[in-house]
Amino acid sequence: MAAGPVALSRGLPGRAAAWAVIAFLVLPLAAVLTAAGGSGRIAAADWAAIRFTVVQASLSALFSTALAIPVARALSRRRFPGRGIYIALMGAPFILPVIVAVLGLIAVLGRGGWVNGLLGQMGIPPVSVYGLHGVVLGNVFFNLPLATRLILQGWGRIPAERFRLAAQLDARPRDVFRLLEAPMLARVVPGVLAVIFAICLSSFAIALTLGGGPKATSVELAIFQSFTFEFDLGRAAMLAIVQFLLVAAAGLAALRLTPRAISGAGFDRPVARWDTGGAGMRLADAGWMLVAALFLLGPMAAIVSRGIGGLARMPVAVWQAAATSVVIALLATGLTLLLTLALASARRNWVEVAGLAPLAASPLVLGTGLFVLINPWDRPGDWAFVVTLVVNAVMALPYALRVVGPAVSEAEASYGRLADSLGLTGLARLRWLILPRCRGTIGFAGGIAAALSMGDLGVIALFADPERATLPLMVWRLMGAYQMEAAAGAALLLLSLSFALFALFDFGGRWRAET
Amino acid sequence: MRHLALATGFMFATQAVAQTPVLTIYTYDSFNTEWGPGPVVEKAFEETCGCDLQFVAAGDGAALLSRLRLEGARSEADIVLGLDTSLIAKAAESGLFAPHGVSVDMDLPVAWEDPLFLPFDWGWFAFVGNVDGPMPANFEELGAGNASVVIQDPRSSTPGLGLLMWVKAAYGDRAPEIWQALADNIVTVTPGWSEAYGMFLEGEADLVLSYTTSPAYHLIAEGDSSKQALAFDEGHYLQVEVAGKLASTDQPELADAFLQFMMTDAFQAAIPTTNWMYPAVTPAGGLPDGYDYMIRPKTSLLLPADEAEAMRGPALDEWRQALSR
Repeated sequence: MAAGPVALSRGLPGRAAAWAVIAFLVLPLAAVLTAAGGSGRIAAADWAAIRFTVVQASLSALFSTALAIPVARALSRRRFPGRGIYIALMGAPFILPVIVAVLGLIAVLGRGGWVNGLLGQMGIPPVSVYGLHGVVLGNVFFNLPLATRLILQGWGRIPAERFRLAAQLDARPRDVFRLLEAPMLARVVPGVLAVIFAICLSSFAIALTLGGGPKATSVELAIFQSFTFEFDLGRAAMLAIVQFLLVAAAGLAALRLTPRAISGAGFDRPVARWDTGGAGMRLADAGWMLVAALFLLGPMAAIVSRGIGGLARMPVAVWQAAATSVVIALLATGLTLLLTLALASARRNWVEVAGLAPLAASPLVLGTGLFVLINPWDRPGDWAFVVTLVVNAVMALPYALRVVGPAVSEAEASYGRLADSLGLTGLARLRWLILPRCRGTIGFAGGIAAALSMGDLGVIALFADPERATLPLMVWRLMGAYQMEAAAGAALLLLSLSFALFALFDFGGRWRAET
Repeated sequence: MRHLALATGFMFATQAVAQTPVLTIYTYDSFNTEWGPGPVVEKAFEETCGCDLQFVAAGDGAALLSRLRLEGARSEADIVLGLDTSLIAKAAESGLFAPHGVSVDMDLPVAWEDPLFLPFDWGWFAFVGNVDGPMPANFEELGAGNASVVIQDPRSSTPGLGLLMWVKAAYGDRAPEIWQALADNIVTVTPGWSEAYGMFLEGEADLVLSYTTSPAYHLIAEGDSSKQALAFDEGHYLQVEVAGKLASTDQPELADAFLQFMMTDAFQAAIPTTNWMYPAVTPAGGLPDGYDYMIRPKTSLLLPADEAEAMRGPALDEWRQALSR
């Protein structure tokens, strides 16, 4: 790694961005603590919630990743018509608003769902989806696509020359796995585990709805309760801090477990694979891809089939909300990508952990803190647009960073010295090294950020703008007014728009690019 | 040029608003949707008040109160509309509210004498199911049978809290036993009403905790008579939704005028078919047709506000322990 002025100037925007993100997360928390007049006590029941949260998040991370590895491996070594669309569609569950996804899952796996209908016809008693297994299933549904894409990118970064060499050496699939794929997985998997653990940590609707009862209480629910019914801000802030610490621990563990990059550069030739084995292996790969597709697309099909009837019943306000959401999503994406590139090029460990921190932030505490900060100066309602925009951008940052970060590291490891020797710094380095090398990943990251910003409902309730609602809030309001059909229609619109934005960025990044 | 025109239009609009006084009312989300009472109420009141009524939707009833407490005396709200009985004690304790000063005869199943909070509608909690589905006649039968039910979490939703109080009011110290018997009937506990009701409509459970008037929605708005509310012989717990005037209001006369207006037909007649609850004062035209078919519980249960508040913590612990086994 280069020393001296080059390294310094390279890290500066990244460190500034990291501090900005940290300040954005910590100041509201401090504001809540100040408003509470000190920290609160964590109740005995909260410890049970913390335990349950850690257990479900760990299991969800393990299962999502374990299932994602064979699916990503199958995708990496098979070429078939529609592969691009398959990969894009796989990303869809991840971008759904939670309540929509849960109802979709239930339509397939619930008591009256398609699976139990099928089992019933075969004379098998119904299977219940509610319980710890349901929570894990719900989380895997959400996170399998992300895990698969992240791991698939790891495969994409193994230079084609390695596979060619392996083929020349007559390596069997088992050897290719041991020599090329396993070291790559060792680098990628800890980060994937940490990010999914962090995501599952703060889920509350999935845990409660699919958990089947108060056993499945998550920390976020305890925070919600202390806010709304108890108005115990101190306890809410303490719980938010616990959540923060858990994610920080996971992030640090992942960093520690991740070996340094060892791969090295190639000539970016199209990857050709010779280790694709015989019919048995082909069948196994097809099997994995089919299982993933059925699991992920079933609930999506349910959402689409329920939503189509409701499209005609949607009020005009839904379209206005859709427009607002699209504008917010596009602006938030721009901000996320700027932050991501700054953080990724800093290439310091603490900067990376800072980039992961928004995952651990309780949206409720964040929203309340911002509210407390703005309230003495101005009407919080007037800030709804800005707050939603910035919060969405920061909330999407960890995902984008997890996608772009490894690609930037790889580019720096392979071409950093060349760039140093050419005196490429700052924007020039970005223009000639980072952007060309990381286009595909930046596009994917942008797609995720845009789709998440469409779907996120987190902090908006406190900042509800009387004039402009976002689309997820609209879905919520429709459901609350018995308008389940119109809500299903609006949910379908939300799904379609999120997916369109996602695909636009994702295909845009991959357009005419092989890496 | 279009931007310029837009900007000018916007400026004129804001200036026009600035000349008329603004009455700001915080309410819950579903009140101010196209189907909720909000638009009707706004139009009717603005015809008489010479003011601009602005609804600000801020989550559910519990979130409303939290928001007010965060804002304190700086709040822009003149009136809060949509707190429910389980929140009244906390709301009164906050010291943010001024007496409403309205005295009218109300059609509530219980006597109402609260000086700070004025009811605008009410309903009975009830389990709602399909007409051909199971029909337990009380909590004990429900617990002993195998009807499945979706309920809301008392820690995050007001109907969930209402159910907790219902069991407590009906069974007192026997509440833990009732909850234990119910444990195997409960499919799941949802964060709010919308998820639970959505799941029930998807066929996930035979019954859902809602209101005796929920079938009226399906009957009147959708012409669907397949839903019914179950009459429980231990009585039904009441939810009374109230409005209150903020002590810090800068429009006290307008706020008083609104509270008076709230009890008149122009407001009350909109409630049965927009909020799907019983109006606090039955309008001259009576209730809409579909309401004749709704069950009318003989016994109404309602714990006094301070008693409910004191009981909430222990009742929550009982609930959690009984259902965590």
